[in-house]
Amino acid sequence: MAHPSTYQPNSGIARWLDSRLPIPRLMHDQFLVFPTPRNLNYWWTFGGILTFMLVVQIATGVVLAMHFIPAEDRAFDSVEKIMRDVNWGWLLRYSHAVGASMFFVAAYIHTFRGLYYGSYKAPREVLWILGVLILLLMIATAFMGYSLVWGQMSFWAVTVITNLFSSLDAVIPGLGTSLVEWIWGGFAVGGPTLNRLYALHYLLPFIIAGVVILHIWALHIPGNNNPAGIEVKTVKDTVPFHPYYTIKDGFALVVFILVFAGLVFYSPNFLGHPDNYIPANPLQTPPHIVPEWYFLPFYAILRAIPDKLFGVIGLIASIGILFFVPWLDTSKVRSTSYRPIYKWFFWAFVVTCFALGYLGAQPPEGWYLVFGRLFTFYYFAFFLLVMPVVGWIERPLRLPGSITESVLGPQKAKAARSPSPAQRMPEEVA
Amino acid sequence: MATHETPFDPAADSGDEPTRRDVLLIAAGGFAAVGAAAALWPLLDQMNPDASTLSLATTDVDIAPIEPGQAITVMWRGKPIFIRHRTDKEIAEAKDTPLDDLIDPLARNANLPDSAPASDDNRAAKDKEPWLVMIGICTHLGCIPKGQAVGDYKGEFGGWFCPCHGSQYDTAGRVRIGPAPENLSIPPYSFTSDTKLKIG
Repeated sequence: MAHPSTYQPNSGIARWLDSRLPIPRLMHDQFLVFPTPRNLNYWWTFGGILTFMLVVQIATGVVLAMHFIPAEDRAFDSVEKIMRDVNWGWLLRYSHAVGASMFFVAAYIHTFRGLYYGSYKAPREVLWILGVLILLLMIATAFMGYSLVWGQMSFWAVTVITNLFSSLDAVIPGLGTSLVEWIWGGFAVGGPTLNRLYALHYLLPFIIAGVVILHIWALHIPGNNNPAGIEVKTVKDTVPFHPYYTIKDGFALVVFILVFAGLVFYSPNFLGHPDNYIPANPLQTPPHIVPEWYFLPFYAILRAIPDKLFGVIGLIASIGILFFVPWLDTSKVRSTSYRPIYKWFFWAFVVTCFALGYLGAQPPEGWYLVFGRLFTFYYFAFFLLVMPVVGWIERPLRLPGSITESVLGPQKAKAARSPSPAQRMPEEVA
Repeated sequence: MATHETPFDPAADSGDEPTRRDVLLIAAGGFAAVGAAAALWPLLDQMNPDASTLSLATTDVDIAPIEPGQAITVMWRGKPIFIRHRTDKEIAEAKDTPLDDLIDPLARNANLPDSAPASDDNRAAKDKEPWLVMIGICTHLGCIPKGQAVGDYKGEFGGWFCPCHGSQYDTAGRVRIGPAPENLSIPPYSFTSDTKLKIG
């Protein structure tokens, strides 16, 4: 939140730097004293966890790149060499692979938190859009990274996903085919494809880091949303980021790392597919292709629609629709805690995402397909029908008068407030 | 910071009237945009199939050892090519299918005009009806359909079955159950003798 700078340079060097490149002032104002709502719960710790995961992925990725060979006939073997011969290679690779999964766990929790507490509503629309952009970049990066192993699942995942673009042939004949051959650098997925996916896999994380900086910038203009979903009114509604939230974020991070380390050390292949330990074979499709778990809901949507072009449109729209959420939700109340009707639809949406995840891993036949279509319908109906309509018809619960009141209750909040209770700003929604 | 004594903004010069400076700005900007686009092209075109990939044009196949009911898979331009020696029963089934029952009414045969209908004659090799030569890539999302090996499940129409998303093809390689939108493509090929086939 915009607030007057309280930074005091207390050495000659600090004063000298402050008038030239005031980075210490920026860090002090934005990450030490930054006024943060006093009622943030643990669902708000995932931003910090995500930053940590990005650093882990870049650090392990850069060192893995020193050993990986992006060539069609050597990629798979070079990964095995990392596992067996390179010092600590097993730890680096398992951390990177499990790290991708943990990154998505945190990103999905972070996204659902934003959806539940209405963190996308004015004035945080740009903040939300940048977040969706980061999610899209993460999806692209993870997909490319998975291809580099060049096992059977890698190869066929690349084949299926790049072929999505050939659906454009239905719009302009030949366009899709030309586009796919341009992506492949050949007439099928092969060495040139692997080489370019590797180059882009190395590039994208740094673009993500850039967008993360914009995301934090866009966060620090209006400041954090909070579980009550009401604006900060007085300084009593806030605490300085440090030490209050550095400690809280730190504790949550340690618990998160515990789970991360548990997977890396005790079950590193739990989230992977055994077929990816078979080298890529362009002449044999595995009997059952499944993407990594974090893509399963989207894959279920693709398969639920019995038309190639519309299936692809559905897949893209399932993520793209998030960009429009700030304008689809018509309710004035941010936090779902105060929305008695919307609450049920929200949790039904969470169940739907899990159900689509389960269905994405099943063969596309019989009841699986029927339920896949039902849940796909609700997935889109949630955004296109529930968000606009429930916002209109719902009568929300009474919001607390302030963040302090939501924490301490109305009486204590009154006692805690400074001498002039008349200064209270009007309630946002009656 | 220095201030300009004369107005520096060209728009402030003379109201709404276009000036020499406007013309120069538009001309210079337009020229720079064309230059930037021209410089971008090599950066994009480098991703297209390179000369060595394009040069792998043809594949020769000896089809003498393939008995009726058998099929082989060969590689051409990195793609699997299905060559099936069909039985009389399979040919009859394909011939008896009304064209109205097909999802894709076109032959998708590179040796025929684009508008050729998907009759069995247009799908099978010319004057060699038992032979079916196709690119063995599902037209949905590029998986390799099952049905080449004797024990494979071949789907309800006895041709090919794609394990990825359940598309089914008949004994002329025509899609009968989606989500695949098109019949399996037929590559350019010709018989160089009774038992020799040249693909590409």
